[in-house]
Amino acid sequence: MGKQGADSSALLNEQGLRLDGRKIDELRPIKIEVGMLRNADGSAYIEFGKNKIMAAVYGPKEVHPKHSALPDKSVLRCRYHMSPFSTDERKNPAPSRREIEISKVIREALEPALLLEDYPRTAIDVFVEVLQSDGGSRCAGINAASVALADAGINMKDLVAACAAGKVAGKVVIDVDDTEDKEGQADLPIALMPATNQVTLLQLDGQLNDEEFKTAFNYAMDGCKKLYELQRQALIGKYFGKNGKDGSE
Amino acid sequence: MSAVKKTLVVEQLKRNQMNELLSKGKRIDGRNLSETRALHIYPNVIGKAEGSARVQLGNTEVIAGVKVNLGSPFPDTPDKGLLIVSAEVLPLASPYAEPGPPDENSIELARVVDRGIRESGMIDVSELVLVPGKHVYAVFADVSILNVDGNLFDATSYAVVAALMTTKISKYELNADGVPVKTQEKIPLPIQTVPISSTVARIGEFLVTDPTAEEEAVMDARITLVADDRGNICAGQKGEPGVLTPDQVLTAANTARLKGDEIRAILRQDLENVATG
Repeated sequence: MGKQGADSSALLNEQGLRLDGRKIDELRPIKIEVGMLRNADGSAYIEFGKNKIMAAVYGPKEVHPKHSALPDKSVLRCRYHMSPFSTDERKNPAPSRREIEISKVIREALEPALLLEDYPRTAIDVFVEVLQSDGGSRCAGINAASVALADAGINMKDLVAACAAGKVAGKVVIDVDDTEDKEGQADLPIALMPATNQVTLLQLDGQLNDEEFKTAFNYAMDGCKKLYELQRQALIGKYFGKNGKDGSE
Repeated sequence: MSAVKKTLVVEQLKRNQMNELLSKGKRIDGRNLSETRALHIYPNVIGKAEGSARVQLGNTEVIAGVKVNLGSPFPDTPDKGLLIVSAEVLPLASPYAEPGPPDENSIELARVVDRGIRESGMIDVSELVLVPGKHVYAVFADVSILNVDGNLFDATSYAVVAALMTTKISKYELNADGVPVKTQEKIPLPIQTVPISSTVARIGEFLVTDPTAEEEAVMDARITLVADDRGNICAGQKGEPGVLTPDQVLTAANTARLKGDEIRAILRQDLENVATG
């Protein structure tokens, strides 16, 4: 919101380090866990900096209401929601306009990766619950949701990895956190299917000139590729054990 | 959660025809791929609003009205005025529109248009303050969609921009008791730049600028980027469950800058024609 003329000089120190000590091309610490929810068909938990986000997948399952079923493919439905305790000020639990928009863009970011035509007349529900938010929660949510879809065994062309880039104190940086998003000058979240290098989500808040747009776009795509590796490791860890051996129960 | 809704369906024959034309660099309405439809802007169409504009972009037609009152600032921005953009597809605008609370498409539309205006810094909200933390001007730009024929994002954005540019607000002053009172003096909004939104649809391997409703019904993905008058891209949104290659994104960014200058000139011209009678 407050991206116009905020004093952002404190966001980058003389050594070129950011408030939390990161370099401009350094991601926050990331941890991905797979399959921690018993009831869901697939689930994943991600810690992305201070973000703590759970994603669950139910389906393919029967569609309610019935008339919303499609004869040739599954209906993908997505709900992004922030818990009331996830923010500094209590967040009203009713879905906000922001959450409705983010639910839509997350759905559209995931859908290109799914072979929905393999499951006609069914629905696949994706729930993304933000337990603690710290900027970049839509990207973190997409990373978790994509792993949860794989964990649910939904046929997929690729995982969807997401990462943002932005501009703080006049410099293009990767993965903006909450403070940088509020005080900084721009935020450019991207989702990518890395195997085919196709962009499935792109949003932009804030001003970037030609050069900055290209740099930020490339930073965000690099970030996506790093996330992709972490997603793969998390899934391999769950299904084949940490060392690549079969470590299933 | 999304429900499946009634939408425009384009027949397979027509799809084939569209694809065939696209491969020859033409579109079904005769335009070439990067051509926008005729744009007409009629400012000051609603006398009771502080600012207004009706916009026709081809057959897409929208009307924007600006109302301004004195309000309280948000607690986290006590030294900034309020700027709120909303948009609604009226039930009279299309056979596929239905009355009711705004659906996710309307919400996305309003939020993307709002983002373009806000992030470009079009209005210097720090000048819309009477008493910091207490009394600020609240600028509401509400858009009603009157006729749907594709590219609501750009038409809505042009209408809001034109309405804001023509807005004259009543100046408030503090009386002896420190209570704000409305004066007779009318002042324009503090406008710093003119953001222009450009939407490109991907149909197969082709990118088309300013898509019609028919083109939107067959498109794979859509990307809207907003450029200010210094050539910065200041807001963006990719939509629809399709993909874009990195090259297509950069092409869209270039289109946004080029079209931005083109449309900005039309907008200024239309507003000037009215001002000079």
